[in-house]
Amino acid sequence: MVAGTGTDLRAFTQRVRRHVVEMVYGAQSGHIGGSMSSTEILAVLYGRIMRHDPKRPDWAERDRFVMSKGHCTPVQYATLAESGYFPVEELSTFRKKGTRLQGHSVLGKPEGVENSAGALGMGLSFGLGIRLGMRLSNIDAHVYVLMGDGEQDEGQVWEAAMAASHHGVDRLVAIIDRNGIQNDDFTAATMRTEPLDEKYRAFGWEVRAGIDGHNLEAVEEALAWARDVRGKPALVIFDTVKGKGVSFMENNPNFHGAAPNAEQFARAMEELA
Amino acid sequence: MTTTNLPAAATREALGPTLVRLQQNGADIVVVDADLGKSTSARTFRDAFPERFFTFGVAEQNMISAAGGLATLGHVVVASTFAVFAEHAFDQLRMSVAQPKLNVKVVASHGGVSTGEDGASAQSVEDYALFSSLVNFTVCVPADVVEAEAMVAAAVATPGPWYIRTGRPKIPVIYTDGPRFQIGKADMLRDGTDVTIVACGLLVERSLRAAEALQASGISARVLNMGTIRPLDVAALEAAAKDTGAIVVAEEHLTHSGLGAMCAQAIAATTQPVPMEFVGVQSRYGESATWDEVLEIMGLTVEGVEAAARKVVARKR
Ligand SMILES: Cc1ncc(C[n+]2csc(CCOP(=O)(O)OP(=O)(O)O)c2C)c(N)n1
Ligand SMILES: [Mg+2]
Repeated sequence: MVAGTGTDLRAFTQRVRRHVVEMVYGAQSGHIGGSMSSTEILAVLYGRIMRHDPKRPDWAERDRFVMSKGHCTPVQYATLAESGYFPVEELSTFRKKGTRLQGHSVLGKPEGVENSAGALGMGLSFGLGIRLGMRLSNIDAHVYVLMGDGEQDEGQVWEAAMAASHHGVDRLVAIIDRNGIQNDDFTAATMRTEPLDEKYRAFGWEVRAGIDGHNLEAVEEALAWARDVRGKPALVIFDTVKGKGVSFMENNPNFHGAAPNAEQFARAMEELA
Repeated sequence: MTTTNLPAAATREALGPTLVRLQQNGADIVVVDADLGKSTSARTFRDAFPERFFTFGVAEQNMISAAGGLATLGHVVVASTFAVFAEHAFDQLRMSVAQPKLNVKVVASHGGVSTGEDGASAQSVEDYALFSSLVNFTVCVPADVVEAEAMVAAAVATPGPWYIRTGRPKIPVIYTDGPRFQIGKADMLRDGTDVTIVACGLLVERSLRAAEALQASGISARVLNMGTIRPLDVAALEAAAKDTGAIVVAEEHLTHSGLGAMCAQAIAATTQPVPMEFVGVQSRYGESATWDEVLEIMGLTVEGVEAAARKVVARKR
């Protein structure tokens, strides 16, 4: 089954963005920018693309979502909660004492989180391992791995890219949130990784790039294409806006990992009304 | 016990054949390898079960994170490389294996300084310090090939992350009557009253010889094979302190971060701490020579253990 089929994804993403801002404001820490740039990607995955069941998070045949950019837990938890994995009320415990909702992704906390992350660069390898294990167990499910564009600096990503095509792995879908910003600065100023599409193609991947990561129809069309690629691993590179949805956060490197103050919070919630 | 009527063998030789046997007996093992399968003996498994063997090339970080992912499907994942190259993926071991407590067994060969001629880069003087610092890991060092087989089998049968350090050189077999390995339990190979020698790896057999030499001059030494570094057998250490009043720890690793340091911490917490001496690598890296010569340079010899025992016994008075 595909959970969420039929839900209004536009309204879904608006609720997720409001949760993201509330969670980070409430904790006075956390990563808004990369959460807002990935909001449509996660909404489409959980609402239209992935075969999953929030009531059976251990279902062996489920598709898996691997969050490689593990700092973007706000969007991950908000999407899981809105998809029915756990009560939306729990989101307010984010990063607080005793919470299941840790600052960076922890496998199994809460149900639906498929990997531990926080150190960048490992998710594609982990997802590759999952897919190899599925293949061995004759499970034809998919693995979707979300990475950042700054994360492409990590050598391990390229080890995984090489190994995935060497082992002829398919149903492994990598996704890059190409928001153009990493921790300190714009990615172009930090480390030149482009042309990413040609590099992955040279590594043996099927690639689609230049897709508007905030256009729900375009996101769905691209991810459906990637899901159906056979014989090779597939990559979709989405062009996105870091901090998308709140004018003063958009494309602003200062909102990678900073929490809004009270005034900024009020303005943000107004814009997301 | 100490008579050796089996040919000397390297502990690394245990891996491949043991895995093949376990898989034939119904285990669900997957082996991941980083271009060293011939030397680690992991290739033996590939020859028997090619579909269960994945090579990752010279890319240990990718291999370890992928091992974590594979383990989420319920397979027992054995990751094989050299000890120094397992260290190359420390953060991956932490994030992709230790924190999520996944069922990955890192069996790394060429541990310690007895890799010999290759020199310092290939000599792991810090590997089990690193692995012991990872919460949730069980850490083992076999004293001979028979114990290595038992440890690999125990690791495959026991859920959770493991590190087993094996060695390159052929060393005498101690457990000629079969293995006595129990997870987290020291094995008393010889009892004594004046001093206890706690050892692991190839220092166990050397310690047994040292105990014999000590006996000749009237010092009665207990010898404990501390095959499990973590969790440490604190009860056996407490008993050693109480019964013999002095302890020597002998290992093929840095003493300040290795078994010596861990035993000292345990002994310091007992009601009656006793004097201790440490035989091991003393705050330095290795160098090229034959494996036996490197051990000699480092003082990891029968005479080295014997001298430490005499010294610690003298300190009792
Ligand atoms: C191995 C590692 N080094 C450094 C960091 C610190 N860090 C956290 S987020 C980040 C930048 C990530 O940028 P990007 O991948 O583009 O993510 P996004 O823009 O989607 O937030 C850095 C360097 C980390 N998490 N992991
Ligand atoms: Mg970015």
